[in-house]
This record gives sequence, structure tokens and C-alpha cells, in this order.
Amino acid sequence: MTTFLVPLLLIGGLTSAGVYLLLERNLTRMLLGLLLIGNAINLLILTVGSASGNPPIRGRTSNGDTTTADPLAQGMILTAIVISMGIAAFVLALTYRSYRLNTAEEVSDDPEDTRVSQLAERDGVPLEDDRPEPDKAKDTDAPDELDALPGLEGSR
Amino acid sequence: MSMAMVLTPLPVLIPMVGAALTLFAGRRPRLQRVITLAALCVVVAVCAALLYLTDRDGTLALHVGGWGPTSAGVGPLGITLVVDRLSALMLVVSSIVLLCVVFYAIGQGIRDGDERQPVSIFLPTYLVLSAGVCTAFLAGDLFNLFVGFEVLLSASFVLLTIGASKDRVRAGIAYVMVSMVSSLVFLFGIALVYAATGTLNMAEVAVRLDSVSAGTRTALFAVLLVAFGIKAAVFPLSTWLPDSYPTAPAPVTAVFAGLLTKVGVYAIIRAHSLLFPTGGLDPLLLVAALLTMLIGILGAIAQSDIKRLLSFTLVSHIGYMVFGIALSSQLGMSGAIYYVAHHIVVQTTLFLVVGLIERQAGASTLQRLGGLAAVSPVLAFLFVVPALNLGGIPPFSGFIGKVALLEAGAQSGSVLAWLLVGGGVLTSLLTLYVVTRVWTKAFWRSREDAPEGHLSAAAPSVLLDEPEDIQFVDRDHVGRMPVGMLLPTGALITVGLTLTVLAGPIFSYSGRAADEVLDRQQYISAVLGGPQ
Repeated sequence: MTTFLVPLLLIGGLTSAGVYLLLERNLTRMLLGLLLIGNAINLLILTVGSASGNPPIRGRTSNGDTTTADPLAQGMILTAIVISMGIAAFVLALTYRSYRLNTAEEVSDDPEDTRVSQLAERDGVPLEDDRPEPDKAKDTDAPDELDALPGLEGSR
Repeated sequence: MSMAMVLTPLPVLIPMVGAALTLFAGRRPRLQRVITLAALCVVVAVCAALLYLTDRDGTLALHVGGWGPTSAGVGPLGITLVVDRLSALMLVVSSIVLLCVVFYAIGQGIRDGDERQPVSIFLPTYLVLSAGVCTAFLAGDLFNLFVGFEVLLSASFVLLTIGASKDRVRAGIAYVMVSMVSSLVFLFGIALVYAATGTLNMAEVAVRLDSVSAGTRTALFAVLLVAFGIKAAVFPLSTWLPDSYPTAPAPVTAVFAGLLTKVGVYAIIRAHSLLFPTGGLDPLLLVAALLTMLIGILGAIAQSDIKRLLSFTLVSHIGYMVFGIALSSQLGMSGAIYYVAHHIVVQTTLFLVVGLIERQAGASTLQRLGGLAAVSPVLAFLFVVPALNLGGIPPFSGFIGKVALLEAGAQSGSVLAWLLVGGGVLTSLLTLYVVTRVWTKAFWRSREDAPEGHLSAAAPSVLLDEPEDIQFVDRDHVGRMPVGMLLPTGALITVGLTLTVLAGPIFSYSGRAADEVLDRQQYISAVLGGPQ
């Protein structure tokens, strides 16, 4: 079996770009990342299928090829494309809904996770107790020691 | 055309046709419910028949459309459906769970539902999910397994975000993204397997992989393991689960917790025993199993929401199944198979009970619950039986499954296996601690002692998520628990107890299933038609 270098490089490039985008928190970028990786894998399936040739339809030839192209690889890619299109539509709808609800299209932290992770900082307090309210009275506009840091004097 | 050939595709076909019919009956909820219940009842009957037939005749293979292996030596070209004892057992347990949960959801909808509930899409999606689960258990080729995963995942996306409230959208986004990544990794694995062997039919892949070099085999197995590990929620690929499951409506969480992770475990069993039987990655799997058990249960200890707490125990107990699989012995596999069946039933039951707690007490977090044992002794009984079962108290099925796994670990005798035996016992004790904590907080202490006991959700929610808090004293009395919710919960508890009472026959069945799973040759010859 012969493989060509260009498709392989393309697969690698698409995958790495996809992974990079997927590591973002922005949902549109994550979706684009998923689609890039999906396309890279489709290309991979096409590359690893048997050699190219006539269309896999009985009695059809092109350019006088003697071999027939691998129909299975094409079938699988078609299925994968249909699936990823459906999911992409769903993710877009979800993104829009998230934007309408939060005016942000980012993956947000789980509030219960955050609450549990903060429990560890408060030793000896029973788990079920509620977190104490932050003392809002302390939060004033008056200058404090942070404003006296070198280079920040008078920044307010 | 034998009986089995007719029955094999039905667990996929019936829910799919049912989904189409219920979609057409979108404006007639009563007709929708009748169709759904009828479809799932027939599926249970078909799966039971398949269980009987496979136990009598051994592995059955069906080449859909007649694209089977030919006498000229060409392998199977089309979709292959395979039922052996393992898939038949999975099908029976899942179909019973699917039926009970939908009965529960319908009972809840009839009693507490109103005009705004999105019921018209709930039942069709649920049936598509059922079809996807059955496809995954029946698939005889890797690509069909992928399609089964996608079908059940797409349905689960809709069910998880039903109503699209703020919380559910947040949880749904994380869930969709993680699931999609796992699907892409699986597809990547499929492409690599196709490159290495030129086929995707599992029996043929198994034959051809024998001539592939060991390093390539290990690499292929590792890729597939990552994909299945995310689905099965094996540590360190498990963190998505406790974040996404608890926000869904109670019946949806119940069926997800029971079935979706087990589909991943089933895929690991198949890949481990049929495709890559050399066990090269067993030490890695054992370590992953140990960490899954311990980290899962330690996570559960820190939670105060019962649904999240149970999601963590779910992750933790996946470790037991991976432990059994990774031992690569007959007893280990048979213990793992029995444990999967036990865990599907018990975990689903517990989530259904939490749904009842939520309805009766207006909260599912321990910060608000209290005094339930006095308010509703029936509810206390419904909780305590599956909870003790999960904790592995003798004589329940959880104890039997764990004993089998620990014995298999001791039989193997390696240092790592002994470590896992210790970890398994510790996890079991901590599980007991966790459920006892729920018991003492939610059932025994009085509600006044709960830090937020005065707060409660305004009304029982069915499918929509309405996080509106009111004072508990102002809450309208919700009445007794609806029979439509009690009956399926009771039925699942009975199934769990049946696993205990009939432990002898069922365990010997799972032993036969393990024999069959570990004997690759009979699977291969059943599919490819070699020497009988």
C-alpha cells in the first residue's frame, strides 16, 4: 500500500489546529475545533482505505483505471459527516441558548464544584453549613494598602 | 429463517418505529404513552426470548440484508448483529430498566405534569435512546457500534438539556463537548483499525489482528480504551459525569446512570476479550480501576446533593467492573458481568428514589432534608434496600458481586491485584459510610436541624427545571406518592432482590457468559461460519 505525504501532513495539521481550538472556552471555537478534527479523521479514513480508482459502481470506469475505489471508506465518511452535521446544529442551538441566558458563550464552572472545592479551606466547619456571606461593608471605594503598591499610586 | 434470526433485529427496530409513531402522535399524549409502553414491553419480551435462545444454542449472528460471508471466501460486507449470552443479559436488564423508568416518568407526568411540560418530544427521544442502547449491545462490527453510540448520545443530548434552563444548558454544553471528543477518538480508533486490518467486522478484525505486530496492537487498544473509558467514566476520564448528570430530570438521570456508562463497560469487555486478548494493558487498567474506585468514592463523601453524591458512587463502582475485566480470568469476567447487571439495577433504583424524595420533600440536597423516615416510612424503605445493596451488605447482590471480584483478585495473586482487593474493600466500606450519611441526614434527623431545612422548591417538577425557592411551610401539600411512580421503583427493587434470591442460577449464567466471552473462537466461527 502506498501512502502520500501531503494528506498525512494535512491530517496532522487539521488535528493540531482542532485540538488547539478545542482547548478554548469559547463555544464557537470549540465547535470549529470539533469540526476540524472530524474532517481530519474523515481524511484519515479516506487515506487508509485501499487505493483510488474507478467509482465503486458496477460498470463505471474513469480514466481507464483498472482498480475500483474502496466503497466502505466512502460509506463510513458519509455517515460520519451526517452525524457531525447533526451534532454541530445541536451545539449551535445550545450555544445560542447559552448566549441568550448568560450573554456569554463560554463553558462556565460548575457552581456546586466551586462550592465543594471551597469547603477544604474552611477546616472544622460541617459540610452542610452554608458559606458565610462575604462582608460587603468592607468593600468600599476608599484607598487601601493595595493602592499604595509601587507604580499603582493614585490609580483610582 | 429461524426464530432467532427474526428476533435479533427487533430490539433496535421496535423502539425506532415506536419513536416515529410517537412523533406523529405528538399532540395526543395518551396515545404516545400507550405506544411507548407497548413498544418497550415487546422489547422486554423479545430480549427475554433472546436470552433463552442464546443460553440454549450459543452465539447467534445475523448478517442484515444477507451480506454475510460467501463460500468464495469473501468476509461479511454489511451490518452484522451478534447476540451471545453477555449481550442477551445486557439487553434483558437494560430493557427492564428502560420500561420501569419510562413507566415512572409517565406516572410522574400524569400526576404532576401540566400543559407546559415538553412531553411531546420526551417519549420519542427516549425511544431513540433505547434503540441506540440496543444497537450498541447487538453490534457485531465496530462502525455499527459507533453508530449505536452516536444514536444514544444524540438522544441523551436532547434528554439532558430538556427545557433548556440555565443549569441544564451549562451541564449540557460540557456533556456534549466531552461526548463528542470521545466519539472522535473512537472514530480515530476505527480508522486506525481499518488501516491495520482492512475490515471492521469484529470477528474478522480479531482474526486479522493476530498477524499485526504487538506494538501496533497495543496502540490500537489504547486509542479504543480512551474512547470507551470516557463513555464508561473511568478515572481520569470521569470528571464530566458528576457535573452533567445531576441537573437532568430524575427519570433521565436514572436511565443515564444505569445504562450509558455500562454501554462503555460493555465495549471495553468486547475490545478486551475479543479484539485484544493478550492483556498487554492489564496493569494500566488495574491501576485505573483502583483510582476510579477510590477517587470516585472520596468525591462522593464531599457532596451534599444526593444526586451528585450518587453520581460519584456511580463513577466509583465502575472501578469494580474494570477490575474484573482487567484480571483476564474466568472468575473475574464472570464477577464483572454479574456486577454490571447488579449495578444497572441498583443505581437506577436509587436515582428513582431520589426523584421521589425530591417530589415529597422539595429538595435533593442534604442541607435541606430531614425527618423523612417519620414523614414517609415507605420512602425510607424504598431508599434503604437499594442503598444497603449498593454498600455491599450481605446477603444483597452487591455483596455477592464484590465477593466474586475479590476472590478473583485473590486468585490472581499479583501485588497489584491484592492492592485492588484492599481498595475494593475500602471502597465498599466508604460507600456504606456515604449512604449511611444520607440516611442519618435525610431520614433520621428532624428537618429543623438541617441548615437550610426551611427552604424548599415551590412545586414538584416533572421535566422542566424550576429552581424557585419558597419557605417549606408555605409549600402546598403534594399528597401521597403516586402509584405510577411507586410501582416501577418497587419493581426495580424486586429485580434487585431477584438478583440476590436467584444468585445461584444467575451467577452460573454469568459464568457461562464469561466462558463464552473469553472463548474467542466460538464467536469468530459463529460470525464467519468456520468449523462448527
